[in-house]
Amino acid sequence: MTETKTITQKEDQIVDDFSLFDDWMSKYEYIIELGKKLPLIDENYKNELYEVKGCQSKVWLNAEMKDGLLYYKADSDAIITKGIISLLIEVLSGNKPEEIKNAEMDFLNKIGLKEHLSPNRANGLNAMINKMKNFAIKYSGENVN
Amino acid sequence: MNTQTSNMEMIDFTKLREEFPILTRRISGEPIAYFDNAATSQKPLSVIKAISEYYENINSNVHRGIHTLSEEATEAYENSREKARKFINAQSAGEIVFVKGTTDGINLVASSFGNKTVGEGDEVIISEMEHHSNLVPWQNLCERKNATLKYIPVNDKGELMIDEFKSMVNEKTKLISVVYVSNSLGTINPVSEIIETAHSFNVPVVLDAAQAAPHMKIDVQKLDCDFLAFSGHKMYGPTGIGILYGKEKHLESMPPYQYGGEMIKSVSYDKTVFNVLPYKFEAGTPNIAGAIVLGTAVDFIERLSHENIHNREMDLLSYADNLFDEIGDIRIIGTAENKTSLISFIINGIHPYDTGSILDNLGIAVRTGFHCTQPLIEQRFRLPGTVRASFAFYNTFEEIDRLAAGLSKVKSMLL
Repeated sequence: MTETKTITQKEDQIVDDFSLFDDWMSKYEYIIELGKKLPLIDENYKNELYEVKGCQSKVWLNAEMKDGLLYYKADSDAIITKGIISLLIEVLSGNKPEEIKNAEMDFLNKIGLKEHLSPNRANGLNAMINKMKNFAIKYSGENVN
Repeated sequence: MNTQTSNMEMIDFTKLREEFPILTRRISGEPIAYFDNAATSQKPLSVIKAISEYYENINSNVHRGIHTLSEEATEAYENSREKARKFINAQSAGEIVFVKGTTDGINLVASSFGNKTVGEGDEVIISEMEHHSNLVPWQNLCERKNATLKYIPVNDKGELMIDEFKSMVNEKTKLISVVYVSNSLGTINPVSEIIETAHSFNVPVVLDAAQAAPHMKIDVQKLDCDFLAFSGHKMYGPTGIGILYGKEKHLESMPPYQYGGEMIKSVSYDKTVFNVLPYKFEAGTPNIAGAIVLGTAVDFIERLSHENIHNREMDLLSYADNLFDEIGDIRIIGTAENKTSLISFIINGIHPYDTGSILDNLGIAVRTGFHCTQPLIEQRFRLPGTVRASFAFYNTFEEIDRLAAGLSKVKSMLL
């Protein structure tokens, strides 16, 4: 078992990683690599129930609780979208729903992603974050001992 | 008078670009290469200046003031209507209704004319390649009326299957509405043939001419279409203004679409008498600046001439087609013999969204997705979307070189 990092620690790590790139093309290349590496989601989840609305590409997202921590799995038919989801999963997955609910996700601004995306695509990003947070809200009730 | 003399050789397109200030912008550090002209065209200085000139000099409400400003505004507004009439060769200015755009025009026809013409068990025909603007209003009308909406099929090249169409028209058909030029495929449809067949069954035809107006000369009398709608912003004019043309006999027979000021002749507490054409359909204070400046956009196109625009755009298209061939792994959606200057495509194995994102990063603006023709892209062509590069005369061969290099870059990053 790897030790649990806080959301902020994981965000800082990503900001560090991205500071190595000096232009957006290299950032994209990195995001594309992350997208290619994202573990596949079970085909059963590729339906409307798990679909994130508001994205130009198709995005499916599911979350499961294990030992009080929430784990996400997701997929998309577009690679850049997958790479972005991979960043979101990296930051949020494996944390307590309470923490996920309140995550500021400030790293997206720090790495320039939000600024770089057109409003249209930023809407898609917000839709993904909302769906992830909604899972956290759903599970945070069950988590009260 | 033929004012469109052959000034072919005289147009310096590089110089003409200077009339479009936005084309000097840089995106992601690169000069912008704007290939989203089918969504909206950029505006020349004459159009941009005319908007502020209106507000600086003659801003006033039309048709109701006794004062000088109001008279000047009214005159400019009606002059513009006359320019629009000539632009599409309508018989009278009464047949030219200022609307918000193509969508608004089609909705007007569907709500007013469609509502009175189509009844239970009747049929309306559109095509599989319609923009949502020319699909949803008819779908809604047919649902309300318990009528059937039929679709003219599209072949693999992205052309309407005219023989199929001819066998679809019958005595139940009450209305046909088709796109003149497809916004997602570029196909120029054989609308004259469609109109001829329709009229042999006494069925009126509506044309969505949003993508035709910037690229080709429209002649409503020659076409003999019953209605035709187009938007200002796709033909170098402002947003929020467009034209609905309707044959006078139809417009006369139709109830108003909206009620309020301007569209009335007299109002008492008991009864309202509606105004004459076209004011009957222009309720409320219109988009006066937009309407006047639409005339400026018409002037701009006529200064260049559709012929020159067409020739230039065909040169750009065939240049791009050749480059796309060389890149390889590109599937073009819409390979009709007769098409305008746009290429809808996918790079095999790459999602359109990924292609569009990387191109944007190179300062290249294309459109990705369904292009408001979701059934065509998703159901007919079974694709998650396409990338669309649509060219205007102000695009350059160098910009197309950059597009081709961008696509090669996309391939190397993603394949």
